[in-house]
Amino acid sequence: MAMTTAEGRPAARRAAGISLWDYPWLNPKLLIGATIVVLIILMGFLGRFVWDITLAQAASSPLNLPPFWVQDSIPAGDPAHPLGTDNMGRDMLALIITGLPSSLRVGFIAAGVGMFVGVVLGFTSGFLGGWVDNVIRTVTDAALTIPQLLVLVTLAAYIRPTVTVMALLLAAFAWRGPTRLIRAQALSMRERGYVRMARLSASSTLSIILVEMMPNLLPYLAASLAGNISGNILAATGLELLGLGPTRVPTLGMTIYYSIRASAVLRGMWWWWGFPILALVVIFTSFFLMAIGLDEIANPRLRQLQVKEE
Amino acid sequence: MGAQANEQNLVLQVKDLRVHYATPTGDVIACNGVDFQVYRGETLGLVGESGCGKTTAAMAILRLVQPPGRILHGQVLVDGVDMMSLNEGELRQARWRQVALIPQGAMNSLNPVMRIKDQIADGIQTHEGQQPREELKERILELLNMVGLPGRVYNMYPHELSGGMKQRVCIAMAIALHPSLVIADEPTSALDVVVQRVVAQTMLEVKDRLGVSMILIGHDMGLQAQLVDRIAVMYAGNMMEIAPVQDIFEQPLHPYTQLLIDAIPSIKERKPLKVTEGLTHDLRNPPPGCVFHPRCASPRATARCHEEVPVLHEVAPRHYVACHPE
Amino acid sequence: MSQPLMEIRDVTKIFGGGFLQSGDKIVALQDFSLTIHEEPAMITTIAGESGSGKTTLANLILGFIGPTSGQILYKGQDVGAMNGEQRLEYRREVQAVFQDPYEVYNPFYRVKHVFDLVIRRFNLARSRREARDVIEEALNVVGMRGEEVLEKYPHQLSGGQRQRMMVARAFMLKPRLIVADEPVSMVDASLRAMILDIMLRMRDEFNISFLYITHDLSTAYQIGDWIYILYQGSMAEIGDTVTVIENPKHPYVQQLISSIPVPDPTERWDTDITLPPEEELRGQVESGCRFYPRCSSRMDRCITKRPPLYRMDGQDHEVACYLYER
Repeated sequence: MAMTTAEGRPAARRAAGISLWDYPWLNPKLLIGATIVVLIILMGFLGRFVWDITLAQAASSPLNLPPFWVQDSIPAGDPAHPLGTDNMGRDMLALIITGLPSSLRVGFIAAGVGMFVGVVLGFTSGFLGGWVDNVIRTVTDAALTIPQLLVLVTLAAYIRPTVTVMALLLAAFAWRGPTRLIRAQALSMRERGYVRMARLSASSTLSIILVEMMPNLLPYLAASLAGNISGNILAATGLELLGLGPTRVPTLGMTIYYSIRASAVLRGMWWWWGFPILALVVIFTSFFLMAIGLDEIANPRLRQLQVKEE
Repeated sequence: MGAQANEQNLVLQVKDLRVHYATPTGDVIACNGVDFQVYRGETLGLVGESGCGKTTAAMAILRLVQPPGRILHGQVLVDGVDMMSLNEGELRQARWRQVALIPQGAMNSLNPVMRIKDQIADGIQTHEGQQPREELKERILELLNMVGLPGRVYNMYPHELSGGMKQRVCIAMAIALHPSLVIADEPTSALDVVVQRVVAQTMLEVKDRLGVSMILIGHDMGLQAQLVDRIAVMYAGNMMEIAPVQDIFEQPLHPYTQLLIDAIPSIKERKPLKVTEGLTHDLRNPPPGCVFHPRCASPRATARCHEEVPVLHEVAPRHYVACHPE
Repeated sequence: MSQPLMEIRDVTKIFGGGFLQSGDKIVALQDFSLTIHEEPAMITTIAGESGSGKTTLANLILGFIGPTSGQILYKGQDVGAMNGEQRLEYRREVQAVFQDPYEVYNPFYRVKHVFDLVIRRFNLARSRREARDVIEEALNVVGMRGEEVLEKYPHQLSGGQRQRMMVARAFMLKPRLIVADEPVSMVDASLRAMILDIMLRMRDEFNISFLYITHDLSTAYQIGDWIYILYQGSMAEIGDTVTVIENPKHPYVQQLISSIPVPDPTERWDTDITLPPEEELRGQVESGCRFYPRCSSRMDRCITKRPPLYRMDGQDHEVACYLYER
């Protein structure tokens, strides 16, 4: 009966196995999604050096130009405005370069505030239990019944928000879901063996939450955050599509709104709504990838190695 | 006691079974060339501690090993048919009809939203096709009777039953198609002592009435002594000793078996505890020679144990050991 | 006669059934009393099966939950009414080892995290070197060396090693009492003796008392000094371990001991036992003996009022059964 050792295995399979297991954070989906998001952020800071973003203002460029490769229409495309312009003379490329990071910013602020509040309330509620839990839970559940879209539409129609104000308005609703989720996590983690050990070691509640629970929750929180950001961007864009977004600065949603109002579809000016939509798809896809990647990290069972029966 | 030891009476023959689990730092050798047989009408006890490969072997018999595990090699002959050579369709037929498995924690895996009758019916009809309702009901009631459960259980949900009753439902499901072999993996480990006895009795009764052969996987030597005809001892993926149950307890030949027997706490007399050094090796990196030699305290150990892997051979009638002779 | 170290007076714990809560109430523990003296150090066993209330008792003693009625006194001080400083003292003097040697480690940190927590909180050392020495001393008591294990992650150690580390962690505080809740049930059979032996040595060499909570009467018999046997929340039989186990009086305890599988194939269970189909025996009944449905010696009065503990003649032995009424 000979003994088999590990050396018999093809090195290739072993190598394929190592990367995902030893370094779970190198998940390809997460990396691709995160890279795209980082690029968009960079675009926000460095875009002005690559392209003249003042062209995003009205009346800065010739009107109604199609993308530069469309030459058989009147007027014809111009390489000076590669993605075309709209009916008020705003350059599409400049609009995308300023609008895309702007959408991201809304999402980050809203989700950031929402998650922070959610973490604080959720942990407090889940870990402490008792009447504190009952109060927070009741408030959260009540808040969840308030229809976000209705309230936001009404408020936005009234006050015509700036980007930051819109983000804060969204944040006012963004804390509800995370509070519930984190409360559930805290409740289940409270009974974990190592949390009990920490209690036995007379650790303070804060110490238990920060030292014992948080590190294990990070992938889950990160995935939740990614989903949250994406959801808030969607909500903001939704408001803008209704014409309720900021008017002073260019945003993707408002661009689409203007295009609808100017009958861009009938006029065949597909680039006016097409490129903003493409940009939005890129954002949502990147966050979706991040969320799945983080989910795989948080849940090791999804990280199956593909090994066939010999 | 026990069946005649000849080829015709073999229900199961496992030859040179090798199962590995892939990990990033090398293969874990779960089963390292395991050989054993089960004869018609007998109960074989498969014992060993965590990581010895007994559950893996059971899963491999039914070809239920999932990635990252894989079966490298081996023959598993059930009633003369090699399970390894069957295609998917034939395999599905063979499972449950020829070999049935009661996996670990089976009683917690009952579908909570289905009544017992539906779960058992499901199992039967999946393999035998649609059955006339009255006949099916009769059959299920008879199965429940055989495992000592009252007829009321037919209509109940799993959460309404106690642990012991749920486990007996699992036994009923396993014998529903009258398989030749039933493999029970730790069937009583989550149960209280008295309930354990009831379930064990049930298994004995089922075995007697149906003449089914059984493999009882466990680590409770006391329970094994009560239930099985022969015992197979595994350590770190290797088969160390196979012998009739009496020989195992009266004359354990392998040092590891001796260690296991010594470790059983007695309820009859108080003795000083026998402490053994527990360092098991990394299962990815087995030591050369006999895999047990780092822990072996036998006075018969020699340098040969460090170099040469011992082969399972017959030392006394029906008593096999994988240990170098003097 | 100094005051006892720990005194549990008529503690009852009821879950659920309150004003705003749904679900039936469960009487987990009823009128439980126990005394542990400062001297001599003893291993007191709390034995019981699932539903006996032993886990609830552990949680009550460790202060994770509070009693519905009754008191738990540590050195005369009510555990539920302790202020911060007293609580810290309590944690220093009463420690615990739990059943699952994996769950108790935070997978994010290396295993030395469990030691660091304790050292920091209780100021056991003034420098990192001193801390290292304290840890090393504790590890040596359990037969391990720091350099081999401290930098590892939990999944890199075996179950036996992890459990020993937990004992070392508890020991580091030099407690008066360690609550050991099923410390060996998830450890391999051949390694159990090592941990039980550590407990015995701690009792003898360091005067540490143990509250050994288990369902396994065999190990209780081997190491316990005093034993309390619980059944469904009530005390059934109490006394000197050897006396109780060699001479059980309560019908439940007799049934229990006779159901323990003897590791001897020649001594198989002779009679079959049956349990009534209603195995789910816990009810909302707060009066009456809990064992009534399963008891072969039951009388009408057993269901009306729970029998108190009767002392057996001149021995350290009490039984809660009307059969022994004087």
